[in-house]
Order: sequence, then C-alpha cells, then structure tokens
Amino acid sequence: MLMADPMLAEAWTLSDSVALRPEPFGALAYHFGNRKLTFLKKQQLVDVVNALGESETVADALTRAGIPAAQWPAYVKALRGLAASDMILERNPS
Amino acid sequence: MTLLDVRTPVARPTTGPLVNQFEFGLDAPICLTWELTYACNLACAHCLSSSGKRDPRELTTEQCEAVIDELQRMQVFYVNIGGGEPTIRPDFWHLLQYAVDHNVGVKFSTNGVRLNPERAAFLASTDYVDVQISLDGATAEVNDYVRGPGSYDTAITALQNLQAAGFKDAKISVVVTRQNVTQLDEFKALADQYGATLRLTRLRPSGRGADVWDELHPLPEQQRVLYDWLMANGDNVLTGDSFFHLAAFGESLPGLNLCGAGRVVCLIDPIGDVYACPFAIHDNFLAGNLLADGGFKQVWQTSELFQELRSPQTSGACTSCQFFDSCRGGCMAAKFFTGLPLDGPDPECVQGYGESALAGDRTIPAASQDHSRTTPGRNQPVMLSLTRRPEFDAGAIEAPPVSACAENPLAGFRL
Repeated sequence: MLMADPMLAEAWTLSDSVALRPEPFGALAYHFGNRKLTFLKKQQLVDVVNALGESETVADALTRAGIPAAQWPAYVKALRGLAASDMILERNPS
Repeated sequence: MTLLDVRTPVARPTTGPLVNQFEFGLDAPICLTWELTYACNLACAHCLSSSGKRDPRELTTEQCEAVIDELQRMQVFYVNIGGGEPTIRPDFWHLLQYAVDHNVGVKFSTNGVRLNPERAAFLASTDYVDVQISLDGATAEVNDYVRGPGSYDTAITALQNLQAAGFKDAKISVVVTRQNVTQLDEFKALADQYGATLRLTRLRPSGRGADVWDELHPLPEQQRVLYDWLMANGDNVLTGDSFFHLAAFGESLPGLNLCGAGRVVCLIDPIGDVYACPFAIHDNFLAGNLLADGGFKQVWQTSELFQELRSPQTSGACTSCQFFDSCRGGCMAAKFFTGLPLDGPDPECVQGYGESALAGDRTIPAASQDHSRTTPGRNQPVMLSLTRRPEFDAGAIEAPPVSACAENPLAGFRL
C-alpha cells in the first residue's frame, strides 16, 4: 500500500485573495493578487475547498465533503494544483 | 459517420475536459470586452468596430458605473476595455478607478495618445490595471501603413512613458498581417526593450477590416511561419487564444482551442449593445441591449442568440475533416464577414479548404454600423506604396508613352 500523502495531515485554507464564482460544473476561482483564473471542475472539489478553512486537516475536509477515501489521491493532486497558484494556502506551515 | 454527424454532445457533460463545459456556456463571461466609445483619434484601415466618430447614444458616466456594479455582482473579475480610443472619453480615468474600486480589474487597449508621463505615473501607482498598446508594425513604415501617420511614434512614446514611470509589464498588442508577419522577432525585441509582453492576435475581416482583409491577411505559407514561431516562442507571448485555426497544422497552441463567442466571451459596445464577440459587431450577432433588455446579466443568461450559440452546433462541411477536433471549424466572425457558411471551413483554414470555399459563390454581408469619419482626417492611413508598372520592369516598355500632341523635339527619341 502507498504511503498516505503528507498533505492529508496538514491544515490548509482558501486564500483571502481568492473569489469562487459558482458555475454549472463547479466553480471558477480567481486570485485578485496574481490574477490567475482556475477552474474547479467538480462541485465536490468546491465543497472540499470550502471545507478546508474550518477543518483541522485536509483529510478532515475530504471527509466532511463526503469524498470516498479511494478518491482522495485525485483530490490531493487537484489541491496541490491549487496550491501551486496560491489559490489555497497552508495554515501555520511548519 | 454521416453528413449530419453532430460533434457536440447534446447535454452538458459531467466529466471530461473543461473545453466541453465551455461549449455550454458559463454563468458569466470570463473574457468580456467593453468598448467605451466609437470615437477615435486614429482611423486604422482594419478597425474591427469601424470607429471614428462618437455615437450620441453612448452610455453616460452613471450608466457605465451601473454596468460596473452589475459586473461586480456577477463576479466578472476583469474586463478588457477598448473602443474606439477609450482614453479620449473624458470620464475614462474615473471609470477605470471606479472599476478597480469595485473588484473589476481593467485591461485597456489604447493607441497611446493620452499616455503622457503624468498618466503613466498614475497607472504605475495602480494595482489591477493592465495596459495594452496597439502596434501593427515593428517599424514606423509598416505600422503607419495601416494605423496612419505618426501612430508608431505615439505608441513608442507611450511605452517609453510607462517604462520611465515604473509601470511593469505593459502589453504590446499586434494584429498579425501579411506585412508584419516577417517582424515577429523584432516585435519580441521591442517588447523586451520596454519591459513589456508581446501579444499577437489574428486579423479579422470585421468592421473596416472587411475592406482590407484580402490585402492584409497572412498568406498560407506565412501562417505556417506564424505557427512555427508561436510553437517556439508561445510560452512568453500572449495570443488571446486567437490562432486556434492554426491548431490543424498539428499540435494545439496553448490556450482555449475553441470559439468562445457567447459561451465564455462577449462584447458590450459603447451604446450598451451586447454582441457575441468583439469581432462580430453585426446585427446577426447582437444578443440585446443592456439598457433596453433588463441589464447585462439578463442578456448574457437569457438571450436567444446566446442560447443558440451554447447549444450543439453542426460541423457541416468540416465533418469529414480529420482535423476538426483541433480547430473546430475556426473563427465564426472570420467566416461570416467573408461570406462563408458558419458550419464550414474558416477562410484561413490551414488545410486549404478555406481557399476553395473563398473561390466559390459568396456574398460579403453589408455592415450593420459604421462610425468611420466621413471626411478623411490627417491621421488617416494611406495604403499606397510607390511601385513601377510591372511591364516597365519586364522591359516591355522602354520609355514613357508619347502623345499625339507632344511638341518636344526630343519626344519619342531613343538613344
């Protein structure tokens, strides 16, 4: 079995500079600082991103959004993509 | 596969690439162009909006503010402002500030006429504003041929002022033509010199562009040069996704390889008319008016035209082409304004189907609006170049013709 991604144990949040615009397929995320546009292609991913700020960990947010554990790796990958463009930020990074 | 094959699925998919979502439209546009005025100090030969004179019905300052308020409510995060020449509207700088204060970022296109050192300093002090200077030649000769005398110097002065004021990353916006496609490296060098980013876009046969398209659009072999250049340099160059018809050469260029008209893109014109795209200012692509039809959101979300553009389209004559999935038939406006059917090939189809379509029966549609000045101004381009008659160069003519009443004793004398 693969090792769990360390991100699952970290605490993350949606950046204050980001607005999420609801769309029929999910949402459009816009970063007012770096002016990047990103698309959240699934409503479930929007739910996860929205849950990040009030969850202890990423794993907690995935659970809250009702994502089956088997799909977690795909969601972690999507979250890493959002992190790369500063859409989501780690809270209290060590 | 039959001739009636429909390539677009009939209902919004729940998985798959994002581009399939875009075909069904978004709740608000992601690329909105707003032309603030039809007035312009220049009279470019290929102007998309046939600009020149202000329209007396243009939105007032208060009406423009109301549009910005609505864009903020719709979460349209930025708007591309153009014209005409937007900066000659007296309330331009006010509206710019108003938009930024309401979380609507602005990228505006200008020929540079108002970008003096003071304005450049103001722009450098703002966040969330992008400036795009139009330049259609890397030399004055090539630029002024289509944009008019003095326009190269105006643009360069504006770039110098922006750089001197510390404005970062202005854009130099170039419409690629037969005359300037050989200057791509020079444009890049100019952009580097002014700390700017180069943006290349496609010449459309829209507005006054319809009159000069035959002479200005890149030749088939030049399209290949452009494609190769974009493949080599594309990462550092913006294109507004306008060259997706070139994708049929092979590999897709970066960006959205799809016509976004009415789906993710639209245009608000100076009198509040909403069109499917900035290159389609024509009654056939008019979705409504934001003053008469209940606001921009109402037009965007409910207009019949936009509903139609977001519903499955047939691929017509392109159905049997193996490259259809790359180019998706090309640009709607380019087809329309050259009198080609919308479900057939793009007039600049790189597989050569455009040329045969252009050679067939077609009627170029009459313009729906024209704000060109009726008397030529001093900035009007004169698209003439000095040449000699080809017969002369071929040696078929050795001397000027002699008329029957030539009195000069040396008339007709040959050495």
